[in-house]
Amino acid sequence: MKRSNVYLLIFILALFGFALWSVIPLDRTVLGREGLRLGLDLAGGSYLVYEADLRAVNSSTADEVMDGVKGVIERRINALGITEPIIQVQNQEGNYNIAIQLPGVADIEKAKEMVGLFTVLEFRERDSEGIWVAANGTATVDGEVKELTLSSRYFNENTEVTLHPTTSEVILLFEMNGVGATLFEQISTRLMGKPLAIFLGDQALRGEDGQIIAPTVQAVITDRGQITGLSLVDAQELSRVLNAGRIDVPLGRWVDGEFEPSVPLYERTVDATLGQDSIQKSILAAGIGIVLLLVFMILYYRLPGLVACLSLAVYGAVLLSIFKLVPITLTLPGLAGFIVSLGMAVDANVLIFERMKEELRGGRSLGAAAETGFNRAWTAIRDSNITTFIACVILFWLGGTLGAFMVRGFALILFIGVALSMFTAITVTRTFLRLIIGSQVVTNLGAYGVQVQTVRNTK
Amino acid sequence: MMDFVGKKQWFFLVSWILIIVGIVSLIVSQVQIKSPLRLGTDFAGGTSIILQFNPPVEQSQLREEMAGLGYVEATIQNAGEGNFIIHTREITAEEARELAGQLGTELDSQVEITDYYFVSGTVATRTTRNAIVAVIIAAVAMMFYIVWAFRRMPKPFRWGSCAVIAVIHNVFIIVGIFSLLGWLAGVEIDALFITGLLAVVGYSINNTVVVFDRIRENVSRHISPDFAETVNASLIDTLGRCINTALTTLFVLLALLLFGGATIHYFVLVLLLGVIIGTYSSICIAGQLLVVWEKGEWRALLPFNKRIG
Repeated sequence: MKRSNVYLLIFILALFGFALWSVIPLDRTVLGREGLRLGLDLAGGSYLVYEADLRAVNSSTADEVMDGVKGVIERRINALGITEPIIQVQNQEGNYNIAIQLPGVADIEKAKEMVGLFTVLEFRERDSEGIWVAANGTATVDGEVKELTLSSRYFNENTEVTLHPTTSEVILLFEMNGVGATLFEQISTRLMGKPLAIFLGDQALRGEDGQIIAPTVQAVITDRGQITGLSLVDAQELSRVLNAGRIDVPLGRWVDGEFEPSVPLYERTVDATLGQDSIQKSILAAGIGIVLLLVFMILYYRLPGLVACLSLAVYGAVLLSIFKLVPITLTLPGLAGFIVSLGMAVDANVLIFERMKEELRGGRSLGAAAETGFNRAWTAIRDSNITTFIACVILFWLGGTLGAFMVRGFALILFIGVALSMFTAITVTRTFLRLIIGSQVVTNLGAYGVQVQTVRNTK
Repeated sequence: MMDFVGKKQWFFLVSWILIIVGIVSLIVSQVQIKSPLRLGTDFAGGTSIILQFNPPVEQSQLREEMAGLGYVEATIQNAGEGNFIIHTREITAEEARELAGQLGTELDSQVEITDYYFVSGTVATRTTRNAIVAVIIAAVAMMFYIVWAFRRMPKPFRWGSCAVIAVIHNVFIIVGIFSLLGWLAGVEIDALFITGLLAVVGYSINNTVVVFDRIRENVSRHISPDFAETVNASLIDTLGRCINTALTTLFVLLALLLFGGATIHYFVLVLLLGVIIGTYSSICIAGQLLVVWEKGEWRALLPFNKRIG
């Protein structure tokens, strides 16, 4: 037994052991990862994409404004008690989209309502019964005297957070525009010593501690002011949403140059219980297929077939471990990608064994036949898999475009699967086979799927 | 010894028949439903819902009820086990629930919406364009790769072309079959169809490269002075591998088609067809094209050649 084979065997067993340890049982937390991450189509949930109407926004600040809009939506969704929403701002060909993934949401209508609301923050005061009502004042706009509610609309865009130079107290500095200064003067005079809360829709903003953010008015505020007593995180968040809330950024979609508010560009909702159902069905189906495949390999290729099955077991465990630890989101098309990559993994083994059989029939010794089989099969395995990689890269690009987000999972899993299959076929299968042949436990050619009569005499 | 190369005209004839049926279907489809393929939600926009009926109902019953409720234009696909994929105009989730409720009452069956999917027309246009670009880039990139992989052979461009022609042939046949399913059974193509198609392109090229690799090896070993004989010997060498690989993949795909979920039903069908046709084309078409080109027997390609029979 060659020493290098022993080292390889130890490496493979260690890898296999680690993979098994990390995935059994699947829902145990390993290295901070708990269970497999399932996509919307398996776990249930909603995916929404809206376009932003940024006509009122200066294009140079669009990125910042969208960031603020994202913050506002995050707050609203968190207020609904939805766990782990994923919100992304995408810039596609000059159009800003906001993509929202809500895992396992039952009440999608409520979530949509929250998302579709405007981003302007309103200030509210307590009325005589202790209920928060809009803090109003009067101001002259375009020569007319109006009753207006103090809101983030009247803030200048330069709200910022600083620390007091000596006490290190967190300070949120803001400036008001003309109308805002008039309103704030009246309201702060009236509410001296009383709290002023900040509302997004009908939800009060809450700090990290879960308390409503309602600073007490301590001085008359006109064109500039400051808020103290906030935690650093709360102050930064408030500054972000105030800046974003200066202008309405309606979310909806564009149709022929017209903006339709509140209608998503793209929406997908999958029922959670039925997602569960399709998981079980698909896994059962894949399981049946894989068992058939293994039986076929052993019946047709005998001992090498058994080696291939062991090699595929390593392949399966390592792949599952990658899915869990990276983590890679598993979707139904991803599952199909796994099946196709499994086919390729089997293919690599089949190529090698067919070659080996040929060499055995040609009269070579077992050891020589195995080595030649591997070397000759390698060019075919390499060349054929590279074309699959090309397809995967292109699919991955296609999947990045909006309507086809399901495609990405397939491409990614197929790519990883095929890359791993090249490793298992070449390293794992070869090492196992070398060890069995080298140990001379099985020398009967029948065990290698070759009928003895067909073996030609060596020249 | 089996003679795959000698029977090439028969294989070409079979392929021509499949392709011509496909083209006829594309034309009929264009006339019947104003599109060569029935476009799904990803490409045409609108709303698509998956309804699960328990107990299962008949597709014809469902179509009648849908028409009665004012959804005359809706496409209904059967996805097995009482699941139906319905593609219709833009409706909200609320309206979809209402529709499902009415269908349940009328058809006396428990009904649930397992999947609600809505795409705006503007996204659909973009997706269509990107899908077409993806398929073209894939074909060109793979051709360049094969030309590069076979650069040491005389005339590498020929090998690349033959592999790509074989793959385009496969794509044509699958598109033809889905066109047929489109106007006959209401089956739509979506983003997953394109995914399946590109996966099939990868798989077919993979298969063809294995065969070509063997031809390359046998040419350099000079096993026969005749190129046709060399190709035939290579086809026989790789036959076992091609069939076994296809079989093992088919086991799993078939299980997934029969018992997997409704969402990927037709996606798995594309893969299944792709594996079968991809295997056929690498055994019966790709190598034979090389021989035709080498010997200049262009007339062998014609579908109705006097020399047949």
